[in-house]
Amino acid sequence: MQKLDSKIPAGPLAEKWARHKANIRVVSPANKRKLEVIVVGTGLGGASAAASLAELGYNVKAFCYQDSPRRAHSIAAQGGINAAKNYQNDNDSVYRLFYDTIKGGDYRAREANVYRLAEVSPNIIDQCVAQGVPFAREYGGLLDNRSFGGVLVSRTFYARGQTGQQLLLGAYQALNRQIAKGNVKMYSRHEMLDVVIIDGKARGIIARDLVTGEIQRFGAHAVVVATGGYGNVFFLSTNAMGSNGSAAWQCYKKGAMFANPCFVQIHPTCIPVHGEQQSKLTLMSESLRNDGRVWVPKKKEDALKLREGKIGPNDIPEEDRDFYLERRYPSYGNLVPRDVASRAAKERCDAGFGVNSEGKAVYLDFKYAIERLGRSVIEERYGNLFQMYEKITDQDPYKVPMQIYPAIHYSMGGTWVDYNLMTTVPGLYSIGEANFSDHGANRLGASALMQGLADGYFILPYTIGDYLAGEIMTPKTNVNAPEFVEAEQKVKSRLETLFNIKGTKPVDYYHKKLGHIMWDYVGMSRNAEGLKKAIAMIRELREEFWKNVKVPGEMNNLNPELEKAGRLADFFDIGELMARDALERNESCGGHFREESVTDDGEALRNDDKYTYVSVWEFQGEGKEPDLHKEPLIFENIKLSQRSYK
Amino acid sequence: MADKILKKLYIEVWRQNNAKAKGKFETYTIENISTGTSFLEMLDILNNELIEKGVDPIAFDHDCREGICGTCSLYINGRPHGPDTAVTTCQLHMRKFKEGETITIEPWRAKAFPVIKDLVVDRSAFDKILQAGGFVSVNTGGVPDGNAILISHEDAEESMDAAACIGCGACVAACKNSSAMLFVSAKVSHLAKLPQGKVEAKARARNMVAKMDELGFGGCTNTQACEAECPKSISISNIARLNREYLSARFSE
Repeated sequence: MQKLDSKIPAGPLAEKWARHKANIRVVSPANKRKLEVIVVGTGLGGASAAASLAELGYNVKAFCYQDSPRRAHSIAAQGGINAAKNYQNDNDSVYRLFYDTIKGGDYRAREANVYRLAEVSPNIIDQCVAQGVPFAREYGGLLDNRSFGGVLVSRTFYARGQTGQQLLLGAYQALNRQIAKGNVKMYSRHEMLDVVIIDGKARGIIARDLVTGEIQRFGAHAVVVATGGYGNVFFLSTNAMGSNGSAAWQCYKKGAMFANPCFVQIHPTCIPVHGEQQSKLTLMSESLRNDGRVWVPKKKEDALKLREGKIGPNDIPEEDRDFYLERRYPSYGNLVPRDVASRAAKERCDAGFGVNSEGKAVYLDFKYAIERLGRSVIEERYGNLFQMYEKITDQDPYKVPMQIYPAIHYSMGGTWVDYNLMTTVPGLYSIGEANFSDHGANRLGASALMQGLADGYFILPYTIGDYLAGEIMTPKTNVNAPEFVEAEQKVKSRLETLFNIKGTKPVDYYHKKLGHIMWDYVGMSRNAEGLKKAIAMIRELREEFWKNVKVPGEMNNLNPELEKAGRLADFFDIGELMARDALERNESCGGHFREESVTDDGEALRNDDKYTYVSVWEFQGEGKEPDLHKEPLIFENIKLSQRSYK
Repeated sequence: MADKILKKLYIEVWRQNNAKAKGKFETYTIENISTGTSFLEMLDILNNELIEKGVDPIAFDHDCREGICGTCSLYINGRPHGPDTAVTTCQLHMRKFKEGETITIEPWRAKAFPVIKDLVVDRSAFDKILQAGGFVSVNTGGVPDGNAILISHEDAEESMDAAACIGCGACVAACKNSSAMLFVSAKVSHLAKLPQGKVEAKARARNMVAKMDELGFGGCTNTQACEAECPKSISISNIARLNREYLSARFSE
């Protein structure tokens, strides 16, 4: 049994990072030139890390499955990025951002990591501005801010509803500059299929060239995984179609432990599911809750008429509208955190007040904001989101309230890392959404962008130096070592196995079935009986998949079905671990809601005596039960309290 | 607004097994598609039917399916991203098509975007153009406070208008010359409108245009097809700005 050492530095919270930086080793410029680092994934975390490491002088190899690094799914983040700048003079501070993040995460994140995140957040804004990110500006030329859920200050920086796009393009531009200089070798349309460990240290990866199908070996002195989250285990989610958990899962199978897999975020404002043919769900930014009011009818008969299309939302008079978030949570109102808003929407719909034909939608209404501010202000703030909504639903949100419903969005859980962002495998790092470290059981809006860039620009480039300082005498990794040969062989034989099943059903058939199991039993509301059932159903489905999936095409050609089959094979395993983790944690916290653990008025009830720890799972071999380790969460600066947004 | 069912559609699609193979059109039929289904979901359904019948599914590029990653392409009924305005293919819905219609789907056609398979093309030329100068030369760290650089609301908004480019390549596909001028000018404008980007504006314009020419994109003859088909409505006024930057760069040589 491996011992978990989070390596949190000693000393007062506000001094930990500074002290740590003073104590860790630094690699000389001459030695950096001799060292190679692999970065997998080119979203905010991966692109910023690859660029920053290359600027420092390391030789970087960067990988993405997309046709260009610019297409990583960070591009789709809409609303904004948090930073403790206190530009609004509203009493924001590093401490307040830290406190909001810990509380928002329902006290299931590490104090030291979160404090550091808040501490470097102002630098991110400065860096992005210098790169030419066109953040929104006030008329005097200063940076503008908006509010996001779960906080009482305005600290969110934004570029219309395309903040993720603009931040990613900033990182991509920095990456391009290093590619042009020859400091980064970019491998687009390449998918990592295994990590190679030699003498206990990460030394490279096996990747498939998605165009030629060739299986290739890449060596390095360290490997950084920045491959995002595993939300697509639910089939329908706000993730990109290609987003997957496979890189993290290969690391898990090679000894990198996996933390809090059951913590996934369900975003309250997504366009509702439409029929059985749907392939993905579209998010409507949380920023919309700044100006939109959420409601359902007060009267059930109105809800029924809406569902049958007999009346429209504008036919319902003011006094018959139930602004349930404002009613239940007067102090935060429409800006409660995501998990709270999602559950409240589900509660109203389950009680029979849903407004679309399936009874699974609530209204997000801009009438009031348009009356108050005028249409042109709303257009400037959210124009692209309104256009997107109109194209998908064929309805004009300037005139009719949006219909929204919760959907799977973000994975708080992920590969376990220590304070240096290193996994339990030496030389293997995990950053951004791929790791577990900063968001506890629920992530606050506009904090994913902050974390990805904090890790990539300002944390990993320092901490990886401490490890690489010990590798300066290590020669270039020999990709003909037996460990590489064996890993490559395993990757090939797995692909051949999938390809040779030649069953009758396409990959999507199984993925949709898995998605239904996950949504029904491991989704917004969970209980012991359902979770046990889910585990049994996943196992059964996985068995059928491995007997009956049909992968067409050729091995040595572009073959999207083969890619999907490999990713789904891992999703079965991830889904099972999520259910197992959810079963083990018999408390409600953040996005994890156990029906067995609620307050008298139906709010989530944590159990701090029993569950104030990180659940860390260790792989024991195929078909074997994983071991559970517990990293206790020690709160020295914050007093745990039942979260309330009332 | 209620969704209807399209009982039968004919899908005429470009099939080409790899870059070297000779391509041709094949026609498939598909039945019972809801008008609320997206165009790419329709292709998913068709592909799953093809797989079950033992036919190689149609390869096409797609990822975020919310109109922002720029991965999806497709030349549909003679128009990049199909018969709607200001959308990407993934945002196109079947309500734009009629019962019994034949829908023709081709890849982007441009010398600089060679076909990889079926409808998938290689757009790495766009990355190469940006690598030639589409950035501000700053390293991580050592930058001033974000509010130390004042930028007028209008300049920030205009810069953002240009920065909204998703790099999909529709402008090249729409252009009879396969010119990448709208793409290049969007990046040049995005950065030139900001004080941070002004420092290198001339060299940026010169280097990106040179790279564009080298990679086999054609010249701009001002037909405005690019603007008409751009899913993000990037304005051709950016091309005028690029021309100004470029000329002033040449004069200052």
